[in-house]
Amino acid sequence: MSRVRYAMAIDTHTCVGCTACVMACKTENNVVEGFNRVWVTQDLQGIFPDLSLTIQSERCNHCEDAPCVSVCPTGATHVGPGGIVLVDEDKCTGCKACIAACPYGARFIDPRTGTADKCTFCAHRSEHDVYTTACQDVCPTRSIHFGDMNDPDSDIARVLATRESYTLLPEAGTSPRLFYLK
Amino acid sequence: MKRREFIRISSYGVGGAALMGGLTTNWFHLYGGGIPDPGTDGTRVVPTFCEMCFWKCGVLAHVKDGRVTKLQGNPRDPLSGGHLCPRGAAGTGLLYDPDRLKKPLIRVEKRGSQEFQEASWDSALNVVAENFLKIKQEHGPEAVALFSHGYGGSWMNHLFKAWGSPNVAAPSYAQCRGPRDVAFDLTFGSTVSSPERTDIENSKCIVLIGSHLGENMHNTQVREFTAALRNGADLIVLDPRYSVAASKATHWLPVKPGSDMAVMLAWMNVLINEDMVDKQYLDAYAYGYDQLKEHVKPYTPEWAYPRTGIEPEMIRRTARMMGASRPATLVHPGRHTVWHGNDTQRERAIAILNALLGSWGRKGGLYIPASVSIPPYKYPAFEDKGLTPADKPSPSDYPLADEVLAQGVCDATIPGLLNVPQIRAWMVYGTNLPQSLPQPEQTYKAIQALDFLVTVDVLPTEITGWSDVVLPEATYLERCDEPFAPGFKQPYITVRQEVVPPMYESKPGWWIARELGLKLDLPNFFPWKDAMEYAEERIKPLGFDCATLQKEGVVLGERKPIYFEEGAVPQFWTESGKIELYSQKLAEAGFDPMPTWHANDVEDPPPGFYRLLYGRAPMHTFSRSTNNELLLETGPVNPIWVNAEVAKEWGLKDGEHIHLKNQDGVISTFTSPVKVTEGIRPDCVYTVHGFGHNSKKLHRAYGRGIDDAQLITKVKVDPIMGGTGMRVNFVTFLRPADVPVAAPAQASDAVDSSTVVDSAVAAGEVAR
Repeated sequence: MSRVRYAMAIDTHTCVGCTACVMACKTENNVVEGFNRVWVTQDLQGIFPDLSLTIQSERCNHCEDAPCVSVCPTGATHVGPGGIVLVDEDKCTGCKACIAACPYGARFIDPRTGTADKCTFCAHRSEHDVYTTACQDVCPTRSIHFGDMNDPDSDIARVLATRESYTLLPEAGTSPRLFYLK
Repeated sequence: MKRREFIRISSYGVGGAALMGGLTTNWFHLYGGGIPDPGTDGTRVVPTFCEMCFWKCGVLAHVKDGRVTKLQGNPRDPLSGGHLCPRGAAGTGLLYDPDRLKKPLIRVEKRGSQEFQEASWDSALNVVAENFLKIKQEHGPEAVALFSHGYGGSWMNHLFKAWGSPNVAAPSYAQCRGPRDVAFDLTFGSTVSSPERTDIENSKCIVLIGSHLGENMHNTQVREFTAALRNGADLIVLDPRYSVAASKATHWLPVKPGSDMAVMLAWMNVLINEDMVDKQYLDAYAYGYDQLKEHVKPYTPEWAYPRTGIEPEMIRRTARMMGASRPATLVHPGRHTVWHGNDTQRERAIAILNALLGSWGRKGGLYIPASVSIPPYKYPAFEDKGLTPADKPSPSDYPLADEVLAQGVCDATIPGLLNVPQIRAWMVYGTNLPQSLPQPEQTYKAIQALDFLVTVDVLPTEITGWSDVVLPEATYLERCDEPFAPGFKQPYITVRQEVVPPMYESKPGWWIARELGLKLDLPNFFPWKDAMEYAEERIKPLGFDCATLQKEGVVLGERKPIYFEEGAVPQFWTESGKIELYSQKLAEAGFDPMPTWHANDVEDPPPGFYRLLYGRAPMHTFSRSTNNELLLETGPVNPIWVNAEVAKEWGLKDGEHIHLKNQDGVISTFTSPVKVTEGIRPDCVYTVHGFGHNSKKLHRAYGRGIDDAQLITKVKVDPIMGGTGMRVNFVTFLRPADVPVAAPAQASDAVDSSTVVDSAVAAGEVAR
């Protein structure tokens, strides 16, 4: 069996941009007021009445080649088990190099701790019977798929194999593990 | 329910740590460079149901150290299916809102000015009882009216039934779903009810008439909507705005506002002409097909085109799409349906389309709901004094209204406006009338005429600032309410229970109703000790175990047939006993027996003005959620959608803050940012309802965005049932620098008067 690699795929066909994911993340992870680990964007293209709208629930891309990891001077930002990009609070000095390096704007300094904060794929829930993220659980449109993409029997591997998907800023060369299903 | 899930939920009760400690195969605890556990798993998990909107989804509330840390969907609950909308997930933002009403308040005169004084519950309720009894003695019990909204309102409704006033109204009827319910009742002999009996999930073709599911976030509806999209259902959206739903549509028809009925008449024309109707179904169940066939002959797609802006070919193509999927084609009845004053007739057109497609009672259409029937509590008989509500100028007005009109009760409070006995006192429960009723000037006039006003609420909304007594209610997470057993696909019962004790001195609605009932000398109607005892008394005869219900939040009833094809009985409680395409009842009351286009029903905006359309955002419920810290993070304000060409003409920049001014010269007190967009027709603007609070005690909501209700100074009343059509107002743009200094006069009263809910702050400095 190949190594575990956690990934997320969000279905833009069914996502309505309600932001329940933002709320669930906020309360699950006790995220500080005024900042969010998850956010939703809407992009309207075209001229009335020939229009298209793309809605994306965005967060840390847990990149395979994560610029935040390579730029971190103290090793606080690192690749944890399952490929999840994590910040070790004890080692973080709040220098903000990772914030500057992240092409996705996924990071912020938590004013309570002075350290960098971002999505962890709810790693603290990895020991639940079934490892799900809070945003995935809450989603009323069931648009969020999460799991081990290296396990061919997983839901995430199946949707990535059967559905057309894209990643954000592929030109940044980061190999995101956050996918969007068309 | 499966045992496995039961263990999982209850295991939270013994603590997440125990569960985690037992599993050593995973990496989290073994991992040295660890991420901190946010620690939001509760040491107790209490099932209850939500009241962030009125859908009543089952939630699991995590409690740790006496605080609710997070809310999750209850997977056992058929409505939520374990998922929540943003509001449901953000309920702690209401519970821990620092602006909450904390103590009972009584308005007093002090040195010539009025202010609120904090009071004990006993003295506050004594003031209420004294005033009610005095008014009863002088004018009868009917001179006291109740406005209520929300599930907790059932206790106040009971109190008023015992008290003997027929003047009990909710803005959810004549300001919302009334036309729909009357129209479907006329057609099928049953209403659509709530949760709506729409089998969206199994639909192969969904038609939305102005409904913006996805932005309108009724959980089950949205869950089913996206399930249908996943299944490849066709979606047709009629909306002047490119809503989220429109962006998912197979065909978006940017219809001219107010002309929806013309499109629907043309659809009927095509369906009938091209033999795409369910003839067998209609032969068996429907009355008036031949009349309808004749009636819609002139309504061709070519006829509809200049009236609607929708090309004939598109009307034909979408009609065929609907016909091809029948009976699994659902023309959604919508919910907020008071638009142009001809709303019952527009809703009749929706009902008739569903009938032609054979979708009522069929899979993928409108199912026959089933429910667990909870026997009523055995109270002594309510005295019938033969009193009628005072909401109508005369009994012949709005002849098919089947609930009390909230705006009528308001009008009946204004001396001499209606020829009815004047209403002297109000109790207002959970509804912020200056924003939930149109024409706020009328509301303020009525308030000034009142002898007494008591408000029961959670937050210091505008209406509390006008009250003589303010009673702070506990939030839904701090109280028990009536058990809930809706008509749905899956019959079930769910309970709302106290997750944490009420904060401050707030009290649950049942307690307030009971205490007041005792003071009003109605002890026979409050024989129970508390809401839990009341609920047990009602549920026990059904053979359900109350302890299980409390522990799991939901018990399921036996599944019953919900489609005709699986044995649900086709019964139509209309006068003919059939589906009435032609309505004799409407004809007898002097209305069109079949939906008919009247060119003058909908007025065009004057030059330089745009029709004001309003709707919902997924993170907000009316004006109740715009002070919620969590929800404001994703829905901080209500932008005004302005068509890009129009914005160019006016030189409006995206994000620029502006006021709106309506046809009667009313200028919005506050501003909203302009959203310059291709996603709306040039003849209208759109914004989200519920912003623009002018109560300074709502610290986060105050001054945030424009209040659409303030600009709805005109209504067109549906002559059939009294619904107040509110999309008949036109607005133009006004930059802050161009606002006359003295203006806006209409709003300033409200601003001053509603800033007063505070024990120490002078109340109602404006003349009352």
